[in-house]
Amino acid sequence: MTSADNLQAFKRDGRIVIVGASLAGLRAAEALRGEGFTGSLTMIGDELGEPYDRPPLSKQVLTGWVSAGDTTLPRRRDVNAEWLLGVPATGLDLATNIVRLADGREIPFDRVLISTGVRARPWFVESEAALDGVFVVRTREHAEGLQRALAAGPSRVLVIGAGFTGSEIASICRERDIPLTVAELAPAPLVGALGAMIGEVAADMQRAHGVDLRCGVKVTQLEGDAQGHFRRAHFDDGSTIDADVAVVALGGIRNTEWLRGSGLAAGVWGIACDTGCRALTLNGLITDDIFVAGDVARCPNPIYEYRLISLEHWANAVEQAEVAAHNMVSGQADRWPHLSIPLFWSIQFGVNIKSVGVPTFADEVAVTQGSVSDHRFVAAYGYRGRVTAAVSFNNAKWLDHYRNLIETAAPFPPPCPTPDQPADMKPVPVDFPGPTLLAQGATVVVTGHDPGERRVTAAQYHR
Amino acid sequence: MTTTETPDMLRRILDYSSRADPYPLYAELRRTPVARQEDGSYVVSTYRELTDLLHDPHLSSDVRNLSRPMPQGQGDATPAFINMDPPEHDRLRRMAMRHFGPPHTPGLVTGVEPALTSAVGSLIDDFAGKEQIDIVDDFAYPFPVSVICHLLGVPREDEPRFRVWVNDLINSIDYDPKTDPKEKLEKGVQARKDLRQYLGGLLEQRHDRPGDDLLSRMANDDGPDGRMADDDIVSTANLLLIAGHETTVNLITNGMLTLLRHPDVLQRLRDEPGLVVPLVEELLRYEPPVHIIPWRAAYSDITVADTVIPKGSQIMLMLASGSRDQNRFHDPDRFDPDRRDNQHLGFGSGIHLCFGGPLARREAQIALGELVRRLDRPRLVADPPPYRRSPVLRGPIHLHVEQAAG
Ligand SMILES: Cc1cc2nc3c(=O)[nH]c(=O)nc-3n(C[C@H](O)[C@H](O)[C@H](O)COP(=O)(O)OP(=O)(O)OC[C@H]3O[C@@H](n4cnc5c(N)ncnc54)[C@H](O)[C@@H]3O)c2cc1C
Repeated sequence: MTSADNLQAFKRDGRIVIVGASLAGLRAAEALRGEGFTGSLTMIGDELGEPYDRPPLSKQVLTGWVSAGDTTLPRRRDVNAEWLLGVPATGLDLATNIVRLADGREIPFDRVLISTGVRARPWFVESEAALDGVFVVRTREHAEGLQRALAAGPSRVLVIGAGFTGSEIASICRERDIPLTVAELAPAPLVGALGAMIGEVAADMQRAHGVDLRCGVKVTQLEGDAQGHFRRAHFDDGSTIDADVAVVALGGIRNTEWLRGSGLAAGVWGIACDTGCRALTLNGLITDDIFVAGDVARCPNPIYEYRLISLEHWANAVEQAEVAAHNMVSGQADRWPHLSIPLFWSIQFGVNIKSVGVPTFADEVAVTQGSVSDHRFVAAYGYRGRVTAAVSFNNAKWLDHYRNLIETAAPFPPPCPTPDQPADMKPVPVDFPGPTLLAQGATVVVTGHDPGERRVTAAQYHR
Repeated sequence: MTTTETPDMLRRILDYSSRADPYPLYAELRRTPVARQEDGSYVVSTYRELTDLLHDPHLSSDVRNLSRPMPQGQGDATPAFINMDPPEHDRLRRMAMRHFGPPHTPGLVTGVEPALTSAVGSLIDDFAGKEQIDIVDDFAYPFPVSVICHLLGVPREDEPRFRVWVNDLINSIDYDPKTDPKEKLEKGVQARKDLRQYLGGLLEQRHDRPGDDLLSRMANDDGPDGRMADDDIVSTANLLLIAGHETTVNLITNGMLTLLRHPDVLQRLRDEPGLVVPLVEELLRYEPPVHIIPWRAAYSDITVADTVIPKGSQIMLMLASGSRDQNRFHDPDRFDPDRRDNQHLGFGSGIHLCFGGPLARREAQIALGELVRRLDRPRLVADPPPYRRSPVLRGPIHLHVEQAAG
């Protein structure tokens, strides 16, 4: 699309296909219609039913307050799309502009948005993952199953992994007075996302609520009984624990396998794109008709040194979807960059946790307001002397201020005291788990010698 | 954006002659988003800068952080949480909030709705046969007063007594040393004392014989933050009583005035009662009851819009100006109950966001809905109506309306 006429014609009669019909996909579809796109719109999704919201799945749904079926995402406008649900896309052909479906259908497009998100990382031994009583939580069906298992009054629940989802599930088990063990490889819960200092606070919170929290240990085996029901877990320190429900909360795997061979820069970290949500090819070239949004996107953020960052945040999915939709129907000069500061929230053990920025992009952290022991505070994160993120526990109203600090590259630690400044706000090292824990291996290798033949090929996909 | 000195502008806004329509002056004021005054204080008038400040943890509500003392101190009484900073503010507000709304008392506002409707109904019943009504004296004033008394647990028969106190107290806040007799100020001091003593007495009774009202609940509840001290309960009750007064009165009166000035909207509201919900939101933006937060203190140096406000400075927040900022609201001087993107500053923002907001909203919705439904072809007697003195809590002192006879 170069000329204005072409663009008008595309907006009127173009064909847009969205692969991944969940939060980002739906919001993009709505935004496309809002932008005046009247052409054909096809929504492809491998889940059945209308797009629904995931955050309640590990919160209100598990308490039984909200049924899994009541999490359908509200519609902001009629999207007038053709919905191809219950069938996954299996391929994308950039040469012919076709999306291939598992049932053999081929769907042509002028522009495509990829929003296939992530799926739960399953337990690594398939036969053990298949035991009755072993759960992951990513979909409505998962949450429904786990809610039923919790309602049945298990003697003990084992949560494997104390990231946000695992911690939220732990919180709910305690709320329901279910005996609970949480196993985490890192030294404390939430360490991977928020660092060691906040991790300690989270550990205190869990223990204060009666969680049997075991850190620095690995679950090695899930053992079932003769009926195929989960009964016992084995740890790498030789200990065991008896439980009848195990929740595997080990993060997600990005849904990019279906793009293998497409030529896009898609891999374990997601699909690389520019700030305009246009996908990159493996060689790092920008495509013009392929857009990405949501959990599956890996987008550069100028504030964070243009690093490609993938986020699994609700607000990020919505904002990227809106930017992508806008850019899909706009000419070069009118395109928007996705430049927002990441925002995340969670509720666990009665505490509202909220963050702005990218806490992992930090070398130091300091409590700047409130009191850690009361679980009411704000902690600022800094990287080489500037503020890059902040996390609040029951103190979210201040976060707009910290977003300003991040946006204006304010000095870290913030020099000005507040009335509620703690006595000790000395920065401490942020202490994220070492690179070995997070290493994912190389994804590409470079081949060729002359400038005309230098190319990147995928080295290793998906573990 | 630079800081220039525009003291004249502020003086003109505060001058009583501008009360009926301060909005053109606000527009001029917004040309300098952060304006330093001769006396070293700062006036902030644009939406973005106001919201930044209201979320800035260096903005203090505690007078002791001003480098210059306030002209009239609150005396030695325990301040209410509105004049405190975290963590004390958070703790007290939390303790009071337990009894005033979700999550611990979710049904409070909906629970009083029948009482609201019947109070409104009986006040309007009294209009019968009258050709001329004063929306303020006959309606907008007595209504919220009876509501807050009911909620707090203040006996009906005592209403007239403390209505005088509250009146004296509010008058003393508007005290102008140049024109007013000192008596006004002294009356206020006395009223403040009397009111505290009166509320203290009520509280004492509630310790012995708790009822279902707010005073009883605050007096007898042990939450995670412990039990509220009697002094703090009295300050909180005091705050709720006073805040529950002028603000809601002005919201209802400004609302009726605006509707009478927009007969098409008035007619629409008659036809579609549900319109009252977005309409009250738009009122809070377009004709809010609280125009100014007259002082806040810079706890440290604060940078807003490239201006450094030095530690200890007094900061004046022009909320009503922010809600008419053309850089934030489309066509801001138009009263548009269909407005969608309406994040007004009518209740402030941040940790001091109006505590009684949900109640005030419901009061105004029910009051305006019923007035419009039951008044027969109402007509404004004088436009503009006479205004109260205060530029801070701005609203008509009377709003005479004629209705068709019979
Ligand atoms: C339990 C839980 C709790 C959460 N809580 C919070 C929270 O508190 N705060 C917060 O900020 N975020 C939270 N999140 C994250 C938030 O839900 C995600 O960021 C958001 O769902 C991302 O939306 P998305 O559309 O990008 O991806 P997804 O929601 O993952 O949607 C992707 C869709 O694409 C489908 N799909 C995948 N592959 C294919 C294919 N090949 N063909 C067709 N369809 C395909 C998937 O089945 C899915 O329906 C939570 C997530 C979970 C699971």
